[in-house]
Amino acid sequence: MKITEKEVRYVANLANLALTEEEVERMVHDLSSILKHMDRIAEIDTEDVAPMAQVLYEAGETATLRPDIERAPLGNESALANAPLAGSGCFKVPKVIER
Amino acid sequence: MSGELLSHSIDSVRDDLLRKRFSAVEFTRKALETAERENPKTNAYLMFSAERALAAAERVDEKIAAGDDPGPLGGVPVAVKDVILTKGVRTTCASKLLADYIPPYDATAVERIEAAGGVIIGKTNCDEFAMGSSNENSAFGPVRNPIAPDRVPGGSSGGSAAVVAQGTAVVSLGSDTGGSIRQPASFCGITGVTPTYGRVSRYGLVAFASSLDHIGPFARTVKDAATVLEVIAGRDPLDSTSAEAPVPNFAAHMNGDVRGMKIGVPTEYMKHGTGETAELINKAIGSLRQLGCEVRDISLPATDYAVATYYIIATAEASSNLARYDGVRYTFRSQNADTLSAMYQKTRDEGFGAEVKRRIMLGTYVLSHGYYDAYYLKAQKVRALIARDFTNAFRIVDAVIAPVSPFPAFRLGEKINDPMEMYLSDIYTITGSLAGIPCMSVPCGNTSEGLPVGLQILCDHFDELKMFRLASAFERR
Repeated sequence: MKITEKEVRYVANLANLALTEEEVERMVHDLSSILKHMDRIAEIDTEDVAPMAQVLYEAGETATLRPDIERAPLGNESALANAPLAGSGCFKVPKVIER
Repeated sequence: MSGELLSHSIDSVRDDLLRKRFSAVEFTRKALETAERENPKTNAYLMFSAERALAAAERVDEKIAAGDDPGPLGGVPVAVKDVILTKGVRTTCASKLLADYIPPYDATAVERIEAAGGVIIGKTNCDEFAMGSSNENSAFGPVRNPIAPDRVPGGSSGGSAAVVAQGTAVVSLGSDTGGSIRQPASFCGITGVTPTYGRVSRYGLVAFASSLDHIGPFARTVKDAATVLEVIAGRDPLDSTSAEAPVPNFAAHMNGDVRGMKIGVPTEYMKHGTGETAELINKAIGSLRQLGCEVRDISLPATDYAVATYYIIATAEASSNLARYDGVRYTFRSQNADTLSAMYQKTRDEGFGAEVKRRIMLGTYVLSHGYYDAYYLKAQKVRALIARDFTNAFRIVDAVIAPVSPFPAFRLGEKINDPMEMYLSDIYTITGSLAGIPCMSVPCGNTSEGLPVGLQILCDHFDELKMFRLASAFERR
């Protein structure tokens, strides 16, 4: 499938990417060539095939449950240590509501 | 003191430590010195963790002094791919976006390496967020293949393969989503193992495609790779997809006879086979026959759809996993935005490299309204067919063998401008990844130019022992 410039801008917005004009142009070209290859999966018959979301193996029904035991949390300071901007124990972001 | 890492195996380090030929601290200092000196040749290490390494080595020396067992990896210098978290040691995913990220906790695999006496000496370069097949997508420059410096080491775990091949570590950890351990192992002439999905905890592995991501070892021998896998494998309550399956003592049981073992060669993989890679694979088939294996042709009919299926599923999962990098929690924030939404968008555009953006775009597209059924859902169904192909194959054979890559290490820059061509080069490795079965690359010879070629061995879920037995017999051929 050929992807249009308009679709590229729409998808970039969904993905929270502010692409430059050059990037948009390149993306139209690259994604079209990749999607053209991907379109071949339409050929193969998947009638009555259940989608595979995960690799499954034999396990008990509750194998993924852990005992309900308290664990020390990461802690406020460690959690904020990599934030570009933090203060008063919170992540700081640009103003959301304009006056 | 024998400080040449290249001549060492896990066992030889252990022997030398126990015989007091050198201490773990002495050996670690020497390893760090060698690795730092040699690194400019390959750019394989992004970071050395001297403080942490020496502390680990001291603990090994204390154990030996007290007459205790230093552990299965006692004093062994280990390198770790920079997508695997190391507490207090910068972990960048080879991305500008995480250039200053210092993890507040260790990956389970890292914790287990150190608990087994392993000494983590540094973090290795890779494709950004493990997305690539050549290690050219690193924000910190490409890695050069130690065998042929004008060529790529493969990717995405190029650095982890290069340090083991170059002898600046004894073993290393990589991650594999669609071939990122096996292909660089093959390009660098060493052994690389992608275990069964769920065999090794993904806790602390920075997520790319969660249903496909694996951690696995690189080593210069099958035995060393098996020893590392045994250390890191096993259920971890912190990863609900990690399996309860018991972990065998691989190294102790892998030297058995392979006479009568049934091996399948997929006709779909051999039909494009031309050139020296195909010749070396055919030679390997001959060797396996000489070892007494029964080799026969098998069919994996869904193979032609594997590249499309993989790049739909992997990018869809990636677009979701990488949504977390929004300029709020993870170190990098664009300074060119006034509003919150502009901050998200510019942070991501400035922080991510071209390939990562391409995959986020593709993944977002295949998940978007109107395309979900035709791409994502359809790909999940084709994935089931690819997995079924292997289930059927393992009813009649013990192992499947195949090439790892259609060609040996290519030149830097040769394929970087054509993403689709780069994706197609993953054809032989992604099928095993989609099925979640254990697979590995073991060296099977060199081309006339001296470039290594790997033989891929694939077995059924949790059948790593059989895979190691075959690889070990092939290695001793």
